[in-house]
Amino acid sequence: MEKLNKVTGIVAPMDRPNVDTDAIIPKQFLKSIKRSGFGPNLFDEWRYLDHGEPGMDNSGRPLNPDFVLNQPRYQGAKILLARDNFGCGSSREHAPWALEDYGFRVIIAPSFADIFFNNCFKNGLLPIKLDGAIVDRLFKETAATEGYQLTVDLAAQTITTPGGEVIPFEVDAFRKHCLLNGLDDIGLTLQHVDEIKAYETRRRQEAPWLF
Amino acid sequence: MAGKTLYDKLWDAHVVRCDDDGTCLLYIDRHLVHEVTSPQAFEGLRIAGRQPWRRDTVLATPDHNVPTDDRSKGIADPVARIQVETLDANVREFGLTYFPMGDVRQGIVHVVGPEEGGTLPGMTVVCGDSHTSTHGAFGALAHGIGTSEVEHVLATQCLVQKKSKNMLVSVDGHVGPGVTAKDIVLAIIGEIGTAGGTGYAIEFGGEAIRALSMEGRMTVCNMAIEAGARAGMVAVDETTIDYLYGRPYAPKGDQWDQAVASWFNLHSDFDADFDRIVRLDAGRIKPMVTWGTSPEMVVAVDGKVPDPAQEQDAVKATGMRAALKYMGLEANTPITNIPVDVVFIGSCTNARIEDMRAAAAVIKGRRKAANVKQVLVVPGSGLVKQQAEAEGLDKVFIDAGFEWREPGCSMCLAMNADRLQPGERCASTSNRNFEGRQGQGGRTHLVSPAMAAAAAIAGHFVDVREF
Ligand code: SF4
Repeated sequence: MEKLNKVTGIVAPMDRPNVDTDAIIPKQFLKSIKRSGFGPNLFDEWRYLDHGEPGMDNSGRPLNPDFVLNQPRYQGAKILLARDNFGCGSSREHAPWALEDYGFRVIIAPSFADIFFNNCFKNGLLPIKLDGAIVDRLFKETAATEGYQLTVDLAAQTITTPGGEVIPFEVDAFRKHCLLNGLDDIGLTLQHVDEIKAYETRRRQEAPWLF
Repeated sequence: MAGKTLYDKLWDAHVVRCDDDGTCLLYIDRHLVHEVTSPQAFEGLRIAGRQPWRRDTVLATPDHNVPTDDRSKGIADPVARIQVETLDANVREFGLTYFPMGDVRQGIVHVVGPEEGGTLPGMTVVCGDSHTSTHGAFGALAHGIGTSEVEHVLATQCLVQKKSKNMLVSVDGHVGPGVTAKDIVLAIIGEIGTAGGTGYAIEFGGEAIRALSMEGRMTVCNMAIEAGARAGMVAVDETTIDYLYGRPYAPKGDQWDQAVASWFNLHSDFDADFDRIVRLDAGRIKPMVTWGTSPEMVVAVDGKVPDPAQEQDAVKATGMRAALKYMGLEANTPITNIPVDVVFIGSCTNARIEDMRAAAAVIKGRRKAANVKQVLVVPGSGLVKQQAEAEGLDKVFIDAGFEWREPGCSMCLAMNADRLQPGERCASTSNRNFEGRQGQGGRTHLVSPAMAAAAAIAGHFVDVREF
């Protein structure tokens, strides 16, 4: 997993609540057995005018000019600004894979769906929950200023606006440690093999039918 | 000291260790696997040179991509075929229990697990699929996980978790005739919203829940995720035990007696504390129909499509307008005036034998309406199909002009060939009405099996209580 510490980048606004994982990466792309290459199909149904299928050459497809990520001013965005309940729907990890593959490293929203929120951390994406009023303000500033950038500092847990305003954010200590160091969960868990085995021994006594 | 909730008990029994900040390793008893979210996890194991920690905890079956019509030709879509073949190869390589295509036990993973007795009270159950909440109906702690977590559970038998808060949704009193588990859960979602359960584990209780069969309880827990909660659960009682007795993977002999004795403890203590309690009056719940593109956009069948102009909250009103546009609906249209093009009876929400019976009972020798192009009835598993055929339900459906299919997820998410065409309107017994869920441009209305069957006969939504 790629480490994440400081991200400075253009902010793209996704101004609708309840953006679900079907919208983030439509299900036809879930047939892949790989975990990379989903970026060109991020928000596929909103982004292109035709119907996308896996294996298509996306470079020649007609773009929807009204879709926010297709606007020139948001090209190269690394930070996605979103509304309530972002990432609701299925548990598909293809959603964070697609966002990450596209180039996003940070998503800011007033609230996220639980599973999606967790999946982000496991894939080098930082989801940040901010107060709705602050998010609203960031939407306004993003719309008002072309090339609007934010600096997200994970170690310091701050977001800095172009005006120099510093917005603090909360992040789980364990998740922060893993992201900062690019640590994989399995390796960490396997440091506790003895405890897992001790649990199994105990549990086998209490509930032998589970073994 | 206050007593424990069911969730507290399940959680405590599975904690291997916790860090000071509350991040815990939770031990997993059952791991269900399907073809869509597992290939990258097995790939990860291989790359790291790791083996599954406990093979005996895994049950695998393909469901999302499998064709539901003639299977003698195999899977036509090459990409889907590769995914199913990849699962075939992975279970062989890692030595896992598998119900492949062609096995009568194959089906939707959330139908198959319980049917086989693979889901037991007191277990932790995970699957790379958000509707794993279904299995909470057995007094189990069950939730969906992502592919990284699938790999994590395979390699360590544990999941890194923080405890959720406790919510009780109590459905008090009794529902009227024609009102089903699906209507109860849609009413709950309508009440608390799709984010209402976020951060909580929901226990469903109250007389109306206790009166449900296991099939009904699974329908309710299935849609806990649509209410924002990763896990939904129901306390164990005689209904639970009766359902499990004699199932292939349920304990036998002395172990059965020992298990049952411990399972009866799987309920919230009378003095348990919940962080949030929501109460619904079952007697007021009517058959429900969703009108929009989120499961919370739901009204009773005798109601009307709501009017965004009446909505105070500006963000909500915008969402409603977008939903109405996508759905091709006018505000204030009576629900029963909405015609349907396609009807889908299936999915892990409503493809169990009781659902098949409920749909068949409504038809009573009638035929589908002329304006209804297609009615798909897709049983949840090969065993449900077999049982339905033994009861002659397949004939009832076929005589009505419905199509009787092979088991799988089918038009619930349209990953296989079963999908809506742009603009088509579907009465569906599935769980999600998101844009494009049943095919690009398709319009989904979530309903119970009885309501779906009635809509197929009438050609538009009807109140099944008057049908
Ligand atoms: S039936 Fe639908 S909701 Fe259930 S597992 Fe299959 S695709 Fe998911």
